[in-house]
Amino acid sequence: MSTATTTHDAHHEEHPSGLMRWVTTTNHKDIGTLYLLFSLLMFMVGGAMAMVIRAELFEPGLQFVEPQFFNSMTTMHALIMIFGAVMPAFVGLANWLIPMMIGAPDMALPRMNNWSFWILPFAFAILLSTLFMEGGAPAGGWTMYPPLVMQTGNAFPFLIFSVHLMGISSIMGAINVIVTIVNMRAPGMTMMKMPLFVWTWLITAYLLIATMPVLAGAVTMLLTDRFFDTSFFNAAGGGDPVMFQHIFWFFGHPEVYILILPAFGIVSQIIPTFARKPLFGYSSMVYATASIAFLSFIVWAHHMFTVGMPLTGELFFMYATMLIAVPTGVKVFNWVSTMWRGAMTFETPMLFAIGFVIMFTIGGFSGLMLAMAPVDFQYHDTYFVVAHFHYVLVTGAVFAIMGACYYWIPKWTGHMYNEKLGKLHFWLSTISVNILFFPQHFLGLAGMPRRIPDYSVQFAGFNEISSIGGFAFGLTQLLFVYIVFQTIKGGEKATDQVWEGAHGLEWTLPSPPPYHSFSTAPEVK
Amino acid sequence: MGREVEQAKKRTLRQTLFIVGGMSLFVFALVPMYGVLCDLTGLNGKPRNQAQQVADVSPDTSRTVTVEFLASVNESMPWDFRPAVARMTVHPGEVKQTSFLARNLTAADMVGQAIPSVTPGLAALHFKKTECFCFTEQKFAAGEEREMPLIFMVDKDLPEDISTVTLAYTFFDKQKLVD
Repeated sequence: MSTATTTHDAHHEEHPSGLMRWVTTTNHKDIGTLYLLFSLLMFMVGGAMAMVIRAELFEPGLQFVEPQFFNSMTTMHALIMIFGAVMPAFVGLANWLIPMMIGAPDMALPRMNNWSFWILPFAFAILLSTLFMEGGAPAGGWTMYPPLVMQTGNAFPFLIFSVHLMGISSIMGAINVIVTIVNMRAPGMTMMKMPLFVWTWLITAYLLIATMPVLAGAVTMLLTDRFFDTSFFNAAGGGDPVMFQHIFWFFGHPEVYILILPAFGIVSQIIPTFARKPLFGYSSMVYATASIAFLSFIVWAHHMFTVGMPLTGELFFMYATMLIAVPTGVKVFNWVSTMWRGAMTFETPMLFAIGFVIMFTIGGFSGLMLAMAPVDFQYHDTYFVVAHFHYVLVTGAVFAIMGACYYWIPKWTGHMYNEKLGKLHFWLSTISVNILFFPQHFLGLAGMPRRIPDYSVQFAGFNEISSIGGFAFGLTQLLFVYIVFQTIKGGEKATDQVWEGAHGLEWTLPSPPPYHSFSTAPEVK
Repeated sequence: MGREVEQAKKRTLRQTLFIVGGMSLFVFALVPMYGVLCDLTGLNGKPRNQAQQVADVSPDTSRTVTVEFLASVNESMPWDFRPAVARMTVHPGEVKQTSFLARNLTAADMVGQAIPSVTPGLAALHFKKTECFCFTEQKFAAGEEREMPLIFMVDKDLPEDISTVTLAYTFFDKQKLVD
């Protein structure tokens, strides 16, 4: 920086402008914005792939794409939505909100913060470049099961390295969250006074640092099996492909809670605001989140009931999985009890939060059905599974993220969003997403397998309905993009508190907040 | 920011890096752990791939078990491979002999390895082989055909509810691993 600064404080307010501000930034708000915009971009890319899938499945027979390309679409859609859309959105929210919620000036490790974001565009550039490679993009499913994944063409090492980069990025993001929350809370902000969004993120961050190395190790073994003649998963050399499934899901099941716990936190912030009551059962919420995180490590084999496990194994994983319904039920009942007899109003964030509670619960119940080993033998790898995880991830995680955007965007930008358009976005999304995913339950129960480009004619009706819902849901999200950019550009001035019932440190700051949140730590009583 | 906070941050950073490092090692430790667990319990249907002593050779004639033989080749393995008989009936504790036939269909010398798998998986521990072509690599000259013996016994501890045991062999091309 060429301009000499006279005081330490003045130095803090200066930063490069234009593109270099964003490339070199170590500010939690800038990095949060970058994460959120990146996530929105990836949501659109992954969404476009979903449109290809639904267009091909609109009617039986092969219409638009080759089966190999169709399989690439399902694989890439999953990788992009999980690692490119949902996870960066949560990290972006964590960056924006955690320092403001705990009364800290910034994240604990700002340079690492910059690095953890800027790895991501490279990781996804590598992943997306595989679409143009000989042999096509990865098409063996996002779970990368060997031996099938070994048939990937030139894209194979690119797939592995992009997964490595995503893992490094999330590990660094998670470390930053932990170090910030553990060490930088304002005086008086004890652990049990932290907002639930902070709590759920702290637990999520521990899940991330414990499981991302496992994924990295598993894909490294795939890499050495393919290129360095090791036999981790190669039966010819004494390996076992089933071991990959065990290792993968030892990562994979905590991963699905990484995708949902911060959503629990968001909903636990939004509902009390619009019910104008404190959150019911705060400490039980904290313990429930911790229990879910612990249980996530001992249920992995419910993803692979059909590989041939002894009866005791099936029973153990079945009961352990069902046990998760208990802390999750505690959470759902707490949200409902918070709303009970509250002075509720239904602004867009509240609509998304209530939509989350209802539709996430539907996904939770279909999860319970899948948890039963005997019936899972029929549901395994059918559209019932697809319907289940889209209910928990789209109407669960994605709805919570959108609710969070509406809830905090007045704070971030200083402008109110267009409430009419926000409500329209919610209702169009909710109607279309149910037209999209609910019929997939019936398809799965009738036996339609997942990851196929063509299907038997008896599935035609429900697929047609599902595709129509899919196109409507996809188009509706363009409205969301419009609302977000409209709010960034301008709009009615937001007050500091924004919402009448909002409590917490972030609402004591001006809207938009200063570049550094709390230069002097606030006192928390 | 005070010095104490800076030091506390460093301490937390070290702890989290320790977890990341520990889990990175743990994932590779899972490989031998999985092997040991499967050896002890036969969870993955993998029978011991070495000759086993059979002390008690008195057959339990009150019980019969059907043993089925399957033979297949890995997709990249241009060999012909089949069992001499598709199934046989045995008594638990009885030592039996059968054989498998393989032919190298290529014009090059090749090394193959047969990998066994037993279904149901829980029968794997009770399926004992005293001699098997699967214990070692099999070298086949170009176009060579050979009959390979298998001597086995189903032991008397085989769980009561199992009446059929399937032994499947897959021949893998091991030339690349040998080179």
